[in-house]
Amino acid sequence: MIKKFDKKDEESGSGSNPFQHLEKSAVLQEARIFNETPINPRRCLHILTKIIYLLNQGEHFGTTEATEAFFAMTRLFQSNDQTLRRMCYLTIKEMANISEDVIIVTSSLTKDMTGKEDVYRGPAIRALCRITDTTMLQAIERYMKQAIVDKVPSVSSSALVSSLHMVKMSYDVVKRWVNEAQEAASSDNIMVQYHALGLLYHLRKNDRLAVSKMLNKFTKSGLKSPFAYCMLIRIASKLLEETEGGHDSPLFDFIESCLRNKNEMVVYEAASAIVHMPTCSARELAPAVSVLQLFCSSPKAALRYAAVRTLNKVAMKHPSAVTACNLDLENLITDSNRSIATLAITTLLKTGSESSVDRLMKQISSFVSEISDEFKVVVVQAISSLCQKYPRKHSVMMNFLSNMLRDDGGFEYKRAIVDCIIGIIEENPESKETGLAHLCEFIEDCEHTVLATKILHLLGKEGPRTPAPSKYIRFIFNRVVLESEAVRAAAVSALAKFGAQNDDLLPSVLVLMQRCMMDSDDEVRDRATFYMNVLQQKQKALNAAYIFNGLSVSVPGLEKSLHQYTLDPSERPFDMKSVPLATTPISEQKSATSKMPEKMAPSRQDIYQEQLAAILEFQGLGPLFKSSEAVQLTEAETEYVVRCVKHTFAQHMVFQFDCGGVTVCVCVCVSQVGV
Amino acid sequence: MDSMSMEPSLYTVKALFILDNDGNRLLSKYYDPELYPSMKEQNNFEKNVFNKTHKADNEIAFLEGMTVVYKSSIDLFFYVVGSPQENELMLMSVLNCLFDSLTQILSSCAGCHGNRCGSNAGGWGKNVERRYLLENMEGVFLVVDEIIDGGVILESDPQQVLQKVNYKSDESPLSEQSVAQVIQSAKDQIKWSILK
Repeated sequence: MIKKFDKKDEESGSGSNPFQHLEKSAVLQEARIFNETPINPRRCLHILTKIIYLLNQGEHFGTTEATEAFFAMTRLFQSNDQTLRRMCYLTIKEMANISEDVIIVTSSLTKDMTGKEDVYRGPAIRALCRITDTTMLQAIERYMKQAIVDKVPSVSSSALVSSLHMVKMSYDVVKRWVNEAQEAASSDNIMVQYHALGLLYHLRKNDRLAVSKMLNKFTKSGLKSPFAYCMLIRIASKLLEETEGGHDSPLFDFIESCLRNKNEMVVYEAASAIVHMPTCSARELAPAVSVLQLFCSSPKAALRYAAVRTLNKVAMKHPSAVTACNLDLENLITDSNRSIATLAITTLLKTGSESSVDRLMKQISSFVSEISDEFKVVVVQAISSLCQKYPRKHSVMMNFLSNMLRDDGGFEYKRAIVDCIIGIIEENPESKETGLAHLCEFIEDCEHTVLATKILHLLGKEGPRTPAPSKYIRFIFNRVVLESEAVRAAAVSALAKFGAQNDDLLPSVLVLMQRCMMDSDDEVRDRATFYMNVLQQKQKALNAAYIFNGLSVSVPGLEKSLHQYTLDPSERPFDMKSVPLATTPISEQKSATSKMPEKMAPSRQDIYQEQLAAILEFQGLGPLFKSSEAVQLTEAETEYVVRCVKHTFAQHMVFQFDCGGVTVCVCVCVSQVGV
Repeated sequence: MDSMSMEPSLYTVKALFILDNDGNRLLSKYYDPELYPSMKEQNNFEKNVFNKTHKADNEIAFLEGMTVVYKSSIDLFFYVVGSPQENELMLMSVLNCLFDSLTQILSSCAGCHGNRCGSNAGGWGKNVERRYLLENMEGVFLVVDEIIDGGVILESDPQQVLQKVNYKSDESPLSEQSVAQVIQSAKDQIKWSILK
């Protein structure tokens, strides 16, 4: 009898891992004993365990060695040792993707699946379905159907769950088993009910009427399984949402009745579903909210977390509905679980009054260093909406935010704070100086180029208009000396703006620019030289054109026009007027906490330009000058709706007709038509 | 954290893993093919989750955009991961089933190891220890396989899981094996010795 451990493993104490120094080649070598007879179950079991452990650790098995090991493992089916057989099933599943010819075990598995040993049948089904393809599936179809309605719950569950996995691969075959699944749904076993319901829904989900009928049946017949109830609640909510059903529908009544279910999981699911419904009145929310309020004082952390997370959602749309829970939420601020505490605070920030803001901010600052980055961002976003709600509290907020800026944190976190501060500055002119001062302090030690350049840009914009602009110059110039190229370039641009707006500062700025002209990076030198020349002219119009106003044309449009110009060189200099103006981006992103403040969304016109350029016939037309808005050519009620977009090129017009999913483009040469 | 409504689905568990005291992986299953498909990403995720949870000892956390429920025991950490909109109590039921099933299996083994590690002979509590987990890895693999299949909760009752796995430690003396198994193995031995 081979002992499981070496003596030395045992002696080295509990720090050792018997699997630690496993070598794949050694283990595969050992696997050769699978071919020996008689089969030693204990030894073989141990080797299989090692193989699976290695796979789990990410060890790579080549196809040949995997196939060899797999084939050797199939010999172990001769043994009747239960654990060994179960491990064989597991090995089959684990190696299904890396070994070839795995279907050789099909007959053994089919035998086990229909055999007398109940303990084997479920796992054998699951292993078999893992290696089955569409053709094979038809061959074992009748076994699957029998298994689904089998009286042994584990067999039925295994068959139902495996059927679900195979829906993606062979929807048409599995769909034929709907009746069996329906029968299985009337089982007493709580897991079988759940699995049957799940499979039925996945098979029917595109047929709203069928889903509706199924729901009606199950909500009346009263299932026992809490998992099945949760599933039903989700199906019901989805159906309500899709049909935009009113809240006097029996579906809503069903969900509401689940608030009184014995199982907490179901109660919570129901409350969560009600809260997430897009149109819910305060009265309808009330019972859900009171249930959540009770959960806030549960001894189970998961329940408190779930409750407070959901109340947080309610507070976004119906803050008044949550006010009743304020006391319970305040108790949660000191919860040992920091996620719960954070959610409690952010919820209170949404529902609290102006007077409670100070107290809340103090409480947050005491623990914000302990929570994870994701939560820090959540807190900052809550503060940002609070700032918009109570503009008079901006000084408290600003203090708090600047402290957070000084602490450690990731990029997303710092960016959220910077955006928040910028938001406050834009809303409250009184807070401008404090805000800018905090930001200056931040860029002294900021590792994120994106943020530094953003702040420098802001300083350039706002700084010159403050009463004492000179103090910002020091901060900006320090950046020129110390930082990376991108930041230095941004600093130069910012400096230029100060020079352009403040005549008394101009001499100092020019001196600084001179120094920048010696920079090691060409972008920095170019900008410095350019601005020097513009500033030295001392003309307001030039300053306005080149320093203050940014590019008024769309950047992708400019790129395309320049590209076009280089392809077709001519004596004429490049004309900026030929570039289409920047049209409004598709997604307006004005909010301070927008997710993509740096990137400008491609405008509609740019997208059209790309699409048209991709068409061979239209490539010779030149750059797109302008695209019109889509014009409806038919009435909205007609069966087919046709819209037309007119694209104007230098000498051609392209009419784009959109009808349903089809688009037809007609190109007309304008110079020939007498327009 | 968005407020999209959940698409009804049986696929509720995204991942499950067991780590030791140093954050090393002992067992881990990822059921969502889009979630951390490479080994490197998985290891990274496990490391991050471990760093944020092994000191705290709270049951639930929101990390890397996922809800993570966890439990620790002496020198092991058990994690179940789900999407942020998932029902947290459902995830907890999986975690509890896993923990309770393993506790049962591994404490019954600890009893027969009593003569090897004398210190544990008497007060063996309901706690799972790394050493016994590793010694009975096949049992652990089978338990996990019985609880979740491809991301679907297969079984939530630890008693049912144990019945289906029917695992017995190999170091147990002869009396622990069923009589039928002993007779069978004796028959096999005789059969092969005759045929040789």
